[in-house]
Amino acid sequence: MDPSTLRFAPTHEWVALDGTTATVGLSKFAVDQLTDLLTIELPNVGDRVTAAKSLGEVESVKSVNDVYAPLSGEVIEVNDALADNVQLLSEEPYGKGWLVKIKVDDPAELDKLMDHAAYETKIAEEH
Amino acid sequence: MAEATPLKTPLHDWHQAHGGRMIDFAGWSMPVQYTSIVKEHQAVRNQVGLFDISHMGRLSFEGAGALDWINNVCTNDASKLTANQIQYSLMANDLGGLIDDVLVYRGGKTYDLVCNASNREAVIKQFEEHAAGVKAKLTDRTLATAMIAVQGPSATATLQPLYDQPLDAIKYYHFGNGKLLGDVPATVSRTGYTGEVGYELIIPAEQAVRVWEALLKSGEGFGILPCGLGARDTLRFEAGMPLYGHELSDTISPFAAGLGWAVKLEKGDFVGSDALRQQEESPGSTRVGLKLEGKRIARQGSTVSKDGRFVGTVTSGAFSPTLNASLAMALIDPEAAAEGTSVVIDVRGKEEPATVVPLPFYKRPKAAPAAPQV
Repeated sequence: MDPSTLRFAPTHEWVALDGTTATVGLSKFAVDQLTDLLTIELPNVGDRVTAAKSLGEVESVKSVNDVYAPLSGEVIEVNDALADNVQLLSEEPYGKGWLVKIKVDDPAELDKLMDHAAYETKIAEEH
Repeated sequence: MAEATPLKTPLHDWHQAHGGRMIDFAGWSMPVQYTSIVKEHQAVRNQVGLFDISHMGRLSFEGAGALDWINNVCTNDASKLTANQIQYSLMANDLGGLIDDVLVYRGGKTYDLVCNASNREAVIKQFEEHAAGVKAKLTDRTLATAMIAVQGPSATATLQPLYDQPLDAIKYYHFGNGKLLGDVPATVSRTGYTGEVGYELIIPAEQAVRVWEALLKSGEGFGILPCGLGARDTLRFEAGMPLYGHELSDTISPFAAGLGWAVKLEKGDFVGSDALRQQEESPGSTRVGLKLEGKRIARQGSTVSKDGRFVGTVTSGAFSPTLNASLAMALIDPEAAAEGTSVVIDVRGKEEPATVVPLPFYKRPKAAPAAPQV
């Protein structure tokens, strides 16, 4: 996935929307900040998730952090490979390290998220 | 802590310029890590690591009454110290609650004390409250000095070329005074908070960057890494060492925490001694190690139960890079404390099975004995 084509939540999740199917992951910046990943807890297929609410947690040596749903909808696929090898997330945050796919309620919600340039500006300002 | 603007160590700008991720810790801006906590941890276990611990409190005591003052305020018996020896000690309040754990250094006639950054003000206050009639003077040298820890199997080889005294003459929990880099007056102790061979250096604040950079250069060939507070915590945790605010607090008995050996009730009355005598008889709980089956971490405050009954609380939980496991220290009922006991820990709402294991989790392998001469 080319990050410049993605949308980003202020809580560092990225979204690739294809029709009504959103692939969700964590930004490289967020993954680099976490370092030393240990485990990730993701929802089950069929679970409802709500925009800006927690959909799971990622735990590193340092801390536990919530992962937030960037859009509302129903989980239709979970990246089970992460359960066995959470390092996929550090290695390929925009590829094999994706988290879940969501069938979104309202594709227009995407407009509330930042494009890549706006996200880059935000993290440069904050850090 | 109280400071609106965190204090900065003399190495603060160096940390920032070299990728240190700065956090506020106990009123100080400190690096939690530079690269990865696990990499920094492993550098100390296998090679050598460098820590800025200038945030620790450094107090000096001068005067004829220094020993009696320290012995009244601290629980261990400082009169047993010989010159250049160091003692682990505790400070209790009148109710036997712990104010801090400290190291007491005996010079010739003077004493120094190193305390936790978070408790420096409380430690000084406690000394001042028990200063009536004391013929001694306390000086807070924290800001005038810097403190650096060099820890790991290659610590001696890293430090020796920079120091004008033989390091192998310094025994464990002893210190010496000498010169670093030819002209920097240094107190060098064989102490640390990692479970490895190592040294802690106290030097003038204005020499900190020069000494730090010289140590990094000297240790380059051994794979030295600057290490942050993250690795400092996982290293001390594996070594089963207590941390104030976790295994120690004003509500945890030193006898429950397994530190009764640092409370010398037979030395006579001292601050907290009456309450500590009672605690010794019924400490209530005991500190144990727990090994979780899964990888999630049981962080401080997670509750421990056995057969559906609450038996205790986690004081520290961490992922152990050396043992590749999620481990915890907990204060639990003595009846659930036997090695091998199965318990469950509530980790953020989900029960995780765990087993009581011995402390420390990690012990440094002793150097192999030299091959016999044939």
